[in-house]
Amino acid sequence: MQDELNTPPAKLHIDGVSKSFTSKRGKVLALESATLTVDEGEFVCLVGPSGCGKSTLLNLVAGLEAPDTGSVMMDGKRVTGPGSQRMVMFQEHALFPWLDVLGNVMFGLKLKPGLNDKERVEVAHYYLKLVGLERVMRASIHELSGGMRQRVALARALAPNPRVLLMDEPFAALDAMTREQLYADIQRINQARQRTVLFVTHNVREAVCLGNRVILFSPNPGRIREQFVVDLPRPRDINDPALAGLAGEITRALKGHTRVQSAE
Amino acid sequence: MKRFFIALTFFASLILIWHLLVKTGIWSPVLLPGPGAVGEYLGVALQDGSLLSASWVTIKRLLAGYLIGCLIGLPLGLMTARSQTLNDTLGVLALGLQTLPSVCWVPLALIWFGQSESAMLFVVIMGTLWSVLISVDNGVRNLPPIYTRAALTMGSSGFHTLRHVILPASMPYVISGMKQGWAFAWRSLMAAEIYVTLLTGYGLGHLLHFGRELNAMDQVAAVMIVIVVIGLLADKVLFSPWERFLHRRWGLNG
Repeated sequence: MQDELNTPPAKLHIDGVSKSFTSKRGKVLALESATLTVDEGEFVCLVGPSGCGKSTLLNLVAGLEAPDTGSVMMDGKRVTGPGSQRMVMFQEHALFPWLDVLGNVMFGLKLKPGLNDKERVEVAHYYLKLVGLERVMRASIHELSGGMRQRVALARALAPNPRVLLMDEPFAALDAMTREQLYADIQRINQARQRTVLFVTHNVREAVCLGNRVILFSPNPGRIREQFVVDLPRPRDINDPALAGLAGEITRALKGHTRVQSAE
Repeated sequence: MKRFFIALTFFASLILIWHLLVKTGIWSPVLLPGPGAVGEYLGVALQDGSLLSASWVTIKRLLAGYLIGCLIGLPLGLMTARSQTLNDTLGVLALGLQTLPSVCWVPLALIWFGQSESAMLFVVIMGTLWSVLISVDNGVRNLPPIYTRAALTMGSSGFHTLRHVILPASMPYVISGMKQGWAFAWRSLMAAEIYVTLLTGYGLGHLLHFGRELNAMDQVAAVMIVIVVIGLLADKVLFSPWERFLHRRWGLNG
């Protein structure tokens, strides 16, 4: 089981990826030639207004969509479809209401070969403990608060030990207090079990609080614009003035890109 | 326990009112026998076995037809939900036939199968099939797409997704459809038994029919009570556990 818990994180290469969708108003270029490299164990935040292609990029890395051009590679292997090496945490928790908390965390584990049932239960317990929910293992999903649901979703995504964790605005629907608690949890958990993380958000402060790097996107068409390295010491507090200063700088840069866009 | 006593008091008072109505002569005992007479019939019919054997014949027919109807309706509903072509054809047909009261199948069944068990089975299947099909279709169609997406990213696909995600996720619809199918099947079978006399076995519908022919109102009333009790029991035994499960997991009112 120890080996199971210690698979190293993966390196991501996103190379010249474009993706368009056909809607009622015609063809929309959601993402235009995006190129990005994410190192092993790096926490990268994708920031931008809605329609800038950040969620599209996440779905492409997940393998839920296929790029029109370009390629997504994980450790030199091309991503051709979804797989448990890359787990996704969605904005809505996407937990299964017909299963209890433990059942939800077990879902992905049961699809993982090389473990027996006893080991699976042990792994599930480990992660539920990590997110602080071992006491509500038998609860139904509808009985949990929004923050607890996202914690279950996090445990479910971490349990099969993916090499990459993809998070699509996972805290957007939560209140500020709950979010702050989860920022602390995420940092603590990522220290214990380092993964390569792509984290989509429209909240710049959140991105600065969590990420090693913040990537700025602009919409119409979705493009990668600029990136900032965040080397503030961890654990970070979202109310820290230095963090707020950097977030302000990034927000100004983001507004600049968006304004240029709307003037075009 | 308190709820049980309230229910008990309610039904006891109902029987008391019935008894008083007959006793005061407001209703003629020929048209409506008192609870005593009905109870007497129930006692005799239970002892000579006629009531039990009729109930058993009816329940056997019902369960067989209902089971077959569910077994056909479930996969068909899955298919119409997934395929536009099947939805435009079979789906529309199912919607139409579901609105047809299942008694209307009785004349057709008689011509096709004669006065046989097959005719009974056919009517019950037709009563069950369409409503099960339509609610499974509805359940799968209204599935939030995020469930299957989440399952995909966890390495689930194909039959595993169907068995472990799509079916359980549409359970609230499937259960309510199966419950409706059960009610339709029960009604259609009673109608069929009242219309059609079969030599292969007398069901509760036949007892009701003979009661009318013999002007034995105690028998008619007693058989009606038995039919109601069986319906109630079926609801409690077959569906209550599922509804409790839905309520616990989904937090729905069931």
